[in-house]
Amino acid sequence: MAQLVRLTVNGSPRQEEVEPRLLLVHYLRERCGLTGTHVGCDTSQCGACTVLCNGQPVKSCSMLAVQAEGMAITTIEGLAPADGMHPLQTAFWEEHGLQCGFCTPGFIMAATALLAENPDPTDEEIGRGLEGNLCRCTGYVNIRRAVHKAAAAMREGAGAAAPMGG
Amino acid sequence: MAVSQLIGARVQRREDPRLITGHGRFIEDRLPVGLLHMAVVRSPHPHARILSIATEAAASAPGVRAVLVAKDFHAQLSGTMPVTPAFAPEKKYVPERFPIASDEVCFQGEPVAVVVADDRYLAADAAELVVVEYDPLPAVVDPEAAMVPGSPRAHVEGPDNIGWDMTFDGGDIEAAFARAEVTVSERIWQQRLAPTPMEPRGVLAEYSPYDERLTIWLSSQNPHFIRLFISGAMGIPESRVRVVAEDVGGGFGSKISPYPEDYLVPAAARILGRPVRWIETRTESVQTSYHGRGQVFTAEAAALRDGTLLGLRLTQVLDLGAYHGTFGAFQACACLMAGGVYRWAAVQGRTIGVLTNKVPTDPYRGAGRPEGTHLCERMVDRVAQEIGMDPAELRRKNFAREFPFSNNFGLVYDSGNYDGSLDKAMELVDYSGWRQRQAEGRQQGRLIGIGCSTWVEICGFGPSEATAGATGGIALVEAAQIRFLPSGSVAAYVGTHAQGQGHDTTFSQIVADTLGIPMEKVELRHGDTAEGPSFGYGTYGSRSLAVGGMALHKAAMVIRDKAQRLAGHMLEVSPDDLTFEQGTFSVKGDPSARKTIEEVALAAYGGKLPEGMEHGLEATSYFDPPNWVWPFGAHICVVEVDRETGAVQVHKYVAVDDCGNVINPMIVEGQLHGGIAQGISQALYEEVAYDQDSGLLLTGTMTDYLVPTMNEIPALTLDRTVTPSPTNPLGVKGIGEAGTIASSAAVINAISDALSPLGIHHVDMPASPDRLWKMIQEAES
Ligand code: FES
Ligand code: FES
Repeated sequence: MAQLVRLTVNGSPRQEEVEPRLLLVHYLRERCGLTGTHVGCDTSQCGACTVLCNGQPVKSCSMLAVQAEGMAITTIEGLAPADGMHPLQTAFWEEHGLQCGFCTPGFIMAATALLAENPDPTDEEIGRGLEGNLCRCTGYVNIRRAVHKAAAAMREGAGAAAPMGG
Repeated sequence: MAVSQLIGARVQRREDPRLITGHGRFIEDRLPVGLLHMAVVRSPHPHARILSIATEAAASAPGVRAVLVAKDFHAQLSGTMPVTPAFAPEKKYVPERFPIASDEVCFQGEPVAVVVADDRYLAADAAELVVVEYDPLPAVVDPEAAMVPGSPRAHVEGPDNIGWDMTFDGGDIEAAFARAEVTVSERIWQQRLAPTPMEPRGVLAEYSPYDERLTIWLSSQNPHFIRLFISGAMGIPESRVRVVAEDVGGGFGSKISPYPEDYLVPAAARILGRPVRWIETRTESVQTSYHGRGQVFTAEAAALRDGTLLGLRLTQVLDLGAYHGTFGAFQACACLMAGGVYRWAAVQGRTIGVLTNKVPTDPYRGAGRPEGTHLCERMVDRVAQEIGMDPAELRRKNFAREFPFSNNFGLVYDSGNYDGSLDKAMELVDYSGWRQRQAEGRQQGRLIGIGCSTWVEICGFGPSEATAGATGGIALVEAAQIRFLPSGSVAAYVGTHAQGQGHDTTFSQIVADTLGIPMEKVELRHGDTAEGPSFGYGTYGSRSLAVGGMALHKAAMVIRDKAQRLAGHMLEVSPDDLTFEQGTFSVKGDPSARKTIEEVALAAYGGKLPEGMEHGLEATSYFDPPNWVWPFGAHICVVEVDRETGAVQVHKYVAVDDCGNVINPMIVEGQLHGGIAQGISQALYEEVAYDQDSGLLLTGTMTDYLVPTMNEIPALTLDRTVTPSPTNPLGVKGIGEAGTIASSAAVINAISDALSPLGIHHVDMPASPDRLWKMIQEAES
């Protein structure tokens, strides 16, 4: 029996009926057309499906769409304005932090949450923050580099922005 | 050729903007109108007879369009799934394989029925309602036991379990061993691995009955071969089948060969007249995507006491699984490469392929070369240890130094500088410093070990003469087409297909440099059999640059030659009087008389062409390499084993590799990082395990199969030497598999070295804390 769910996806409010068993990841991919959130496993291991729910990283394969009632969801497509890139996206690009790119949206979303909590993480803190995400291509070397680089860029950006913000 | 701007430069990847913003085009992202979803009912038994299949309950479940079993597919598909000769051309027993079982299932996960429904949830629900009655049969699990006459058979109708049994003789092995002053022997285990690309497999097919056209989208390294196989099985002319692989989320060898679903999905689409899709779950992937390795070696090496290597004799027992993988026999090349970078009087390798009741094995990153390297590097260390010589010194004493170098089997290494890479690696790692620290540490009971791996690989498949037999008639070369469009942009097509290797970028660098145009003007296309040359040969075996890149280069040179003739005509001089630099033809001695290649391209579509010249500016070229290419390098790993827990800590990992000239160093480094991580992971973590009695898969989900996270991969220090290949005009080799080929040996040599004070000479993979702890306990008691 379909159930009503109201939520915000990448800033747009949505309201629709879904099967109660519909996974959030399938809702996002197939109902919202946001296919940047990937499915890499069926046991909550890989993190390819990571999105932000009210700013917190969540594996969207292990959550039902109806559980997102009232929440604000951010997916990789909503991380930056259509014509721009988030510093993490830029850093992954510059540091060759991706090869096949399948794991990348999940890594970037998990790293976004990590940097929101800890703007200057050490190698170990990055390792802990991203331990729920698997990449089979990069050996993680350049992912770690990219996160450091983005963190530095965001700290600089935040420093510059602070006076303007008052 | 103009001074290159792009070749050799760290150009940022052009595929990245779509991938980092969530706009990649992976197989599961495609949702055509009217799509139906397929779920596969699989055997839970490793070996059983099928007594009956009851489909009625499933067929009447909500949203179900069809429940199909083998007999439904027999009307759609003919023949058996292909098996190529590869490196074991003389096969003995090759069981026939139809994509779906009818009477007997021979591995856990083998398809027995499919359900097609309106959505994936309904398909999965209904699949649960298919009732299959089985009569379980004894499972054949251990390949060595399966070789023994009288063993239960993996297929009840089979004569025995022997898929092949061949011996490669490289010199007089008896004479080599007769001269030996020292011999060492070892049994070396290569555990089964699940390749585990992060994107599982997936197939989507659409059949148009009116014009009898079939389109298949799938996650594949090898779209043209898939077209060849599926069109044949479905009885549709190859020209009316289009296979498209867009972004592919990793492959590592597991997306080369055809799979049952590659046949079942198009057949279901033809039966139902609707687009049908199947997306593999991760659990299906671990269970049924072809595994890699799964080999056990016995080896014996003979040497003189001064460290001169004489002979190497080995037997490879390869666990084929229930059927021959299409390219599974490729892994027999471990025998041909077991001599590595050294001069041996003789090498002899026997390979035995054995059928068992498990998922088939097939190429996985390196395919035979990691196994050969691991064996060779282990045996060389064993010899060094036996005679009390430093392993680096022993290596140096036996390195091949004159190139081209013909190995014991007549394979010709094109170029090399093994001292160069070893010297550099030893310096970077501080080899003598670590030997000192190791000696000091041993005084305090610390278990520090240093492991070298001086590796070489054969890659860049072709050449045609050597591979036509190996692939069953289609010789491995590569094809490319370049079209210079009237307004000055260029479309380039190549028959290889990337899964993360960045070909969009590197291949565009080559085309742009060769034609002297900016990279933005080059559109690189691959992965769609409807475009470009008639055939493509796919991406595997580190062949794309050394063969596909060269085909593109060759096509670009054809275009340049024609453009030069046309430019000469336009400038009213002989083409020989022109120079070409940075995209401009200029008259020698009168640089003001010039035409850009874009101007020439436009003219190629206009009037007033020279006598006999056809219109247009495009070329299709096939590149047939005269030899393979032979990358090499030296990896050194320093580990410490915790006596109390058996845990391994990697203190340092240095890799100095040589893949000839480099198109894009950033991408080369990335390939090495990923490759090394996979080799380290084989050495320390990964293993597909089956219950030895029941044959049931014990590591059946990603929870049980350990794919390393960031925290398991140590820091890597990379450097390189550059020894251009004489095999192709750009002097390039391959690098996609190098890291994996080299690294397991470096890690295991280091661990074995660390444990040598305890009298332990060899450690098998994965060197888990559990395994090492037990070995230490045993040695100390
Ligand atoms: S899809 Fe793997 S954790 Fe969600
Ligand atoms: S880039 Fe391929 S899995 Fe991470």
